[in-house]
Amino acid sequence: MATAHTKTLSRIMNLPSIILLFIWMIVPLGMTIYYSFQRYNLLTPSRRGFNGWFNYEFFITDPAFFEAIGNTLLLVTGVLAITVIGGILLGILLNQAIIGRSIVRILFISPFFIMPTVSALIWKNMLMNPIYGIFAHIAEFFGANPVDFFAVIPLLSIIIIVAWQWLPFATLILLTAMQSLDQEQQEAADMDGASTLAKFYYITLPHLARAITVVILIETIFLLSIFAEILVTTNGGPGTASTNLTYMVYNRALLQYDIGGASAGGIIAVILANIVAIFLIRAVGKNLEA
Amino acid sequence: MARKVTLQRKLGFTALAWFLGCIMFFPIFWMILTSFKTEIDAIASPPLVFFQATWENYQLVLNQSDYLKYFGNSVVIAGGSTILALLVAIPSAWSMAFSPTRHTKDVLMWMLSTKMMPPVGVLVPIYLMLKYMGLLDTRTGLVIIMMLINLPIIIWMLYTYFKEIPSEILEASRMDGAVLWKEIVYVLLPMALPGIASTLLLNLILAWNEAFWTLNLTAANAAPLTAFIASYSSPEGLFWSKLSAASTMAIAPIMVLGWFSQKQLVTGLTFGAVK
Amino acid sequence: MKLSSMLIGACSVLALTATAQAETITIATVNNGDMVRMQGLTADFTAKNPGIELEWVTLEENILRQRVTTDVATNGGQFDVMTIGTYEVPIWAKQGWLVPLTALQNDAAYDADDILPAIAGGLSVDGKLYAAPFYGESSMVMYRTDLMEKAGLSMPDAPTWDFIADAARKMTNRDEGINGICLRGKAGWGENGAFLTAMSNSFGARWFDEDWNAQFDQPEWKATLDFYVGLMNDAGPAGASSNGFNENLALFQQGKCGMWIDATVAASFVTSGDSTVADKVGFALAPDNGLGKRANWLWAWSLAIPSGSQKQDAAAKFVSWATDKAYLELVASKEGWAAVPPGTRTSLYENPEYLAAAPFAQMTLDSINAADPTNPTVKPVPYVGVQFVAIPEFQGIANNVGQQFAAALAGTKTVDEALAEAQLITTREMRAAGY
Repeated sequence: MATAHTKTLSRIMNLPSIILLFIWMIVPLGMTIYYSFQRYNLLTPSRRGFNGWFNYEFFITDPAFFEAIGNTLLLVTGVLAITVIGGILLGILLNQAIIGRSIVRILFISPFFIMPTVSALIWKNMLMNPIYGIFAHIAEFFGANPVDFFAVIPLLSIIIIVAWQWLPFATLILLTAMQSLDQEQQEAADMDGASTLAKFYYITLPHLARAITVVILIETIFLLSIFAEILVTTNGGPGTASTNLTYMVYNRALLQYDIGGASAGGIIAVILANIVAIFLIRAVGKNLEA
Repeated sequence: MARKVTLQRKLGFTALAWFLGCIMFFPIFWMILTSFKTEIDAIASPPLVFFQATWENYQLVLNQSDYLKYFGNSVVIAGGSTILALLVAIPSAWSMAFSPTRHTKDVLMWMLSTKMMPPVGVLVPIYLMLKYMGLLDTRTGLVIIMMLINLPIIIWMLYTYFKEIPSEILEASRMDGAVLWKEIVYVLLPMALPGIASTLLLNLILAWNEAFWTLNLTAANAAPLTAFIASYSSPEGLFWSKLSAASTMAIAPIMVLGWFSQKQLVTGLTFGAVK
Repeated sequence: MKLSSMLIGACSVLALTATAQAETITIATVNNGDMVRMQGLTADFTAKNPGIELEWVTLEENILRQRVTTDVATNGGQFDVMTIGTYEVPIWAKQGWLVPLTALQNDAAYDADDILPAIAGGLSVDGKLYAAPFYGESSMVMYRTDLMEKAGLSMPDAPTWDFIADAARKMTNRDEGINGICLRGKAGWGENGAFLTAMSNSFGARWFDEDWNAQFDQPEWKATLDFYVGLMNDAGPAGASSNGFNENLALFQQGKCGMWIDATVAASFVTSGDSTVADKVGFALAPDNGLGKRANWLWAWSLAIPSGSQKQDAAAKFVSWATDKAYLELVASKEGWAAVPPGTRTSLYENPEYLAAAPFAQMTLDSINAADPTNPTVKPVPYVGVQFVAIPEFQGIANNVGQQFAAALAGTKTVDEALAEAQLITTREMRAAGY
């Protein structure tokens, strides 16, 4: 057990990061809360003044607000579903004896190194474009009509792009977790004549629980604030079909230059993100113990 | 006793893995291929797989922009912020991993939650702050901002990594009379080196690709490769090969680094999941 | 050891905060061809102005706009010259964010009176010029002469919308990949917002009445949008709701469009080497509907000096260099007359060499002159601007309204639904803005 002396010392060691993060949290948060009660548009500085709850009311009564919440959740859950399930399957596959495994692994993890804007541009221009895109050419080759992805299935298209970026991350973590799977336990199950499915359900999946939790937590944090991909591909449209909360905040901040409104939107987004986080921790957090 | 792997099974998995791997990699492959096409070939229909390759796009891009300047800024910002964050995070993770309190879990969660504020919501406050501190469009300013952004993830990764190390080893060294900093530098760090390496790598990648703050807080001096991309992304006219060339140049350094260090990345990303 | 050397490296890097040299001016500009060409001519400027160095920040339009707006509004002082459009200039000038270019206006050699009156008017407030136009544009009809002939029609110089619609439907041959007409459909205030606002003017619609009430519930807007959606469904390309200027340009260059109504600067692209139809393109004025207004807009990418700049004199020298007559001659001597930035100076349109090199010159000039920002549509309006409304709230509102129009074009909403949404969005925003 650590002595009292080292305990104090360890508190001190923890302080710099806590202080830094506290400042990084409280200063912008404080300023944002302050601005959220102000009438403050960058382009009309003369109209500045106290605005009560107006910014909040205005943001929540936006006709796109509830759709945006729905889209945010759909985007997060959609990408999580694809990456976690895909990651498990790919993890199992890559855990097999494969010729040229390290090269295959490189192929799989490469999308993770691509800047979000670049990957959105590749997908939009060269893959999903209804006239020049590869998918359109494939469809034409089979005599089908090309799909106009960003007009017909905008949100799903964005989910696909984002999932492509995050699948490598999930695969990597789940693969490493799988590599530590107890071989003897597997073999014992083999002897008992357990089916592959049963082995997966009773041995592999529980073993992966913690890794899956980590994937879900980290990805959720990044996915809640996705907007570059939306900005590049659909601009939140058509209509508001692919607008999520972050994009709504972006819309207020950098298209309207409405700092008051954007601040209120930011605070609302933080509150909702925390609600999601609490649910998540309730649902999967126990896997983090021990 | 290793399980027997029949040749058939091995070939089957190999074929499947290569097939799926190629699909995953295809968008990147296609971008690189397009960067060697002329603009007219790039939007040819049906798409060209065989064509007269040209370096012209790369030459144009290099002539038009000072690639090395952007590249240098990316290296400084991504590298500087990651190293700085590691310096702050290692003691912190050490403290939480080896002398946890009732609140350690909450503190960790709180740290992660600082990442939940959408950056666009706080751009103007941060812009004004940096302006008053004279840090707009400086690498120092961006290193600090990127450090703060990545700090929670770094602490988290290191924490889970340190948790794997049996505390008895550290205590043994303490019995031997090692002072604290020696304990950390000579006992903890060597053991945790793979974890630290992968933390470093992951955060280099995240910082390299961060495209909101790096774009909005810079002008001419500190602009990294994300700004370089923004000068090619949608001009008047479709210039996909030029864009592809610029994109390839922007992602190549980090991708090559990732390829060479994939082993470290794999071992470190466990987040203690192995346990 | 390694770690410590890395630390030293990191610290020395941190110490290297970029210090600006005495006379380096930073220019924020958009990544369009004419601007990139200007960047390539930096050496000419530095030769004529020793002691002034140029730093370029070249960004795509949307990012440029958010960067310069944030900077100018917070007085950030990051840029000494900003490339902005006709929309920003009057708004920013009224806030006192721009330096008036009085010295240029009084400089006989610069000859500010030579700037096309319609363009200069859009960049001036109370007779003072606040930005110097780098290139100006209106919009017009570009059409394929061969397809028009095949359809048994001939394009008048000043067509009506009915003629355009009829011709578009007759030219369409989807089996051969020919679409009768390509129009902007991509959402955005500078994309479909610009096109549809200009088009609505010719249908007699307006954004606001004299009391700033949104007008999307009026029959003129319904007529505009019904006409547009119907025409695009019958004769437009697939995926039209994602097509902006760039996408339509590529389509037209590849011979997939019979007609295209868009910016006059496109004329030099569709008649140049990249175009497969370069020798088969004709030009006409933007169409009208017999109401006395044509569907053409007015825009000028211009150079302005923010008041926060510490180097206003050097910046003024640069603005003068980039927008004077000598610059046009410089470009012409290097790349030929067809490549000079169009639409800013009367003298250019009197230059026989230019007129010979640019077959679209006269139509461009006529289109620019036909636009009237102070009196854009049939009914009176409280605002200035042809394809925009020069109030700060406009770009945000028009982006969201543009999204509704894109949804109507994509078929995910009906025209009536889209207009009702547009009305709601605009009313809400205008109420919040205190109009």
